[in-house]
Amino acid sequence: MARFMTLADAVAETVRDGDTVAMEGFTHLIPYAAGHEVIRQGRRDLTLIRMTPDILYDQMIGMGCAAKLKFSWGGNPGVGSLHRMRDAVENAWPRPLDLEEHSHAAMANAYEAGAANLPFAAFRGYVGADLPKVNPNIRSVTCPFTGEVLAAVPAIRPDVAIIHALRADREGNVMLEGIVGVQKEAVLAARRSIVTVEEIVDDFGPRNANAVILPSWTVGAIVAVPGGAFPSYAHGYYKRNNAFYIAWDPIARERDTFLAWMKTNVLEGRPEDFAARARRPAAA
Amino acid sequence: MTAPIRDGVPAFTPTEMMTVAASRALTSRDVCFVGIGAPSAACNLARLTHAPGVTLIYESGTIGTRPDVLPLSIGDGELCDTALTTVSVPEMFRYWLQGGRITVGFLGGAQIDRFANLNTTVVGDYAKPKVRLPGGGGAPEIATHCQEVFITMAMGARAFVDRLPFVTSLGHGTGGDDRRRRGATTKGPTRVITDLCVMTPDPETKELTVASIHAGATRDVIRDACGWPVRFADVVEETPVPSAEELAILRDLHARTKRAHGGA
Repeated sequence: MARFMTLADAVAETVRDGDTVAMEGFTHLIPYAAGHEVIRQGRRDLTLIRMTPDILYDQMIGMGCAAKLKFSWGGNPGVGSLHRMRDAVENAWPRPLDLEEHSHAAMANAYEAGAANLPFAAFRGYVGADLPKVNPNIRSVTCPFTGEVLAAVPAIRPDVAIIHALRADREGNVMLEGIVGVQKEAVLAARRSIVTVEEIVDDFGPRNANAVILPSWTVGAIVAVPGGAFPSYAHGYYKRNNAFYIAWDPIARERDTFLAWMKTNVLEGRPEDFAARARRPAAA
Repeated sequence: MTAPIRDGVPAFTPTEMMTVAASRALTSRDVCFVGIGAPSAACNLARLTHAPGVTLIYESGTIGTRPDVLPLSIGDGELCDTALTTVSVPEMFRYWLQGGRITVGFLGGAQIDRFANLNTTVVGDYAKPKVRLPGGGGAPEIATHCQEVFITMAMGARAFVDRLPFVTSLGHGTGGDDRRRRGATTKGPTRVITDLCVMTPDPETKELTVASIHAGATRDVIRDACGWPVRFADVVEETPVPSAEELAILRDLHARTKRAHGGA
């Protein structure tokens, strides 16, 4: 059942060391403010799940929050590598990082299976690809009707899902639209959830009848964090800050510039800082 | 390599030649699943020139998108704002890609071999990689569910390799009918557009063969930029140079894109 909380309280109550945590948002609505709070509270040994670990997971991995990453594409879109993720995989800095690597199709199917309370997902996938050789969680199942062999992956059932949505109403119902990614599936597949939103409104008002709505009884903590998806974006509120994504590359390339940036902007930062960042046109 | 000025047509870079040649592979009838980077520029150039009816789909769920500037990511707001419709990511991969609705998958890659298999996962051993690349994303299933696949990437001996350390997405496997024997029922890669030439798979062996050479490139330059002893077709064409209109529209697109992304 939805409860309105501060971000610090929501993370303290919901995310525990060793948890499996899915922070979703497919380019759009990435929950940066919530992720930064997890870093500030020093969570450790997390299994992080995300289809496209972009800068947010680069930051969490670089700060040592994660023991394992389950993902399908780990880059800075259109820019290049995630240098902190690479440093963890290639050099075990700041700690070793186990990988469980899938394709997007597998991850999307696995979230959907989780939301549907199924143990696994079956799909036509991985034909001729090498990933099944290195990921024992990619298996196969034979269709009982046709005999066709299909790829199978375990359902994703996170301890915690964290998403950023556009709005919540006073009753704690949550709304998002635009590129909706896998956030609905992630929340419905998870045991607990945190939803940050751009604003809390009296009433959603006129809206598309097919907008994604998560009813209050399907979500956990709700926190208003205006700008909380920066440098990602919130449909109708602010655009993706592509200049920041480009500027991140040199910041993350070296350990010391990364740590200095994280100290100033995350460890010494507050959720309230995001509103001003999202309004600013260019990179920090 | 520098491209010449011919018949009053302005000079162009090898990258521009690659983008234009790649764009010409698409028609207005295509429904195209667009990879980010070089494929995205080519697909949008096609839409803005000879293929205004092409349906562009990005894996973020945007169907029939018509961006005014090139997106930096596959999920920029511009793609959603200009799309016919936007669906969830599970729906995109299940109904639209797996459902067989896509005619062309347009992919890039870090490494390719002579049978057009692609690697975007690791260089070196998987467990202890020399270079950890981003991974497959949508590519493993794009490569097998789209009716055919076009690939565009710049040539170089580190990119066009004799042996892939990791097969992220299937091309023609070990050649011949290997792709079909592995269970793929679609055509797979039918065209590889580089900055030096266009390659097509040999109808029998499926080995990539140079079909046309771009202005300014030579057989020797192509051999040096390829990690396997590259074959040339019996009749090798000269790739038609970009038209003044194609170049103007492409440069305009890049200039708008640069302004939109903060001048970086």
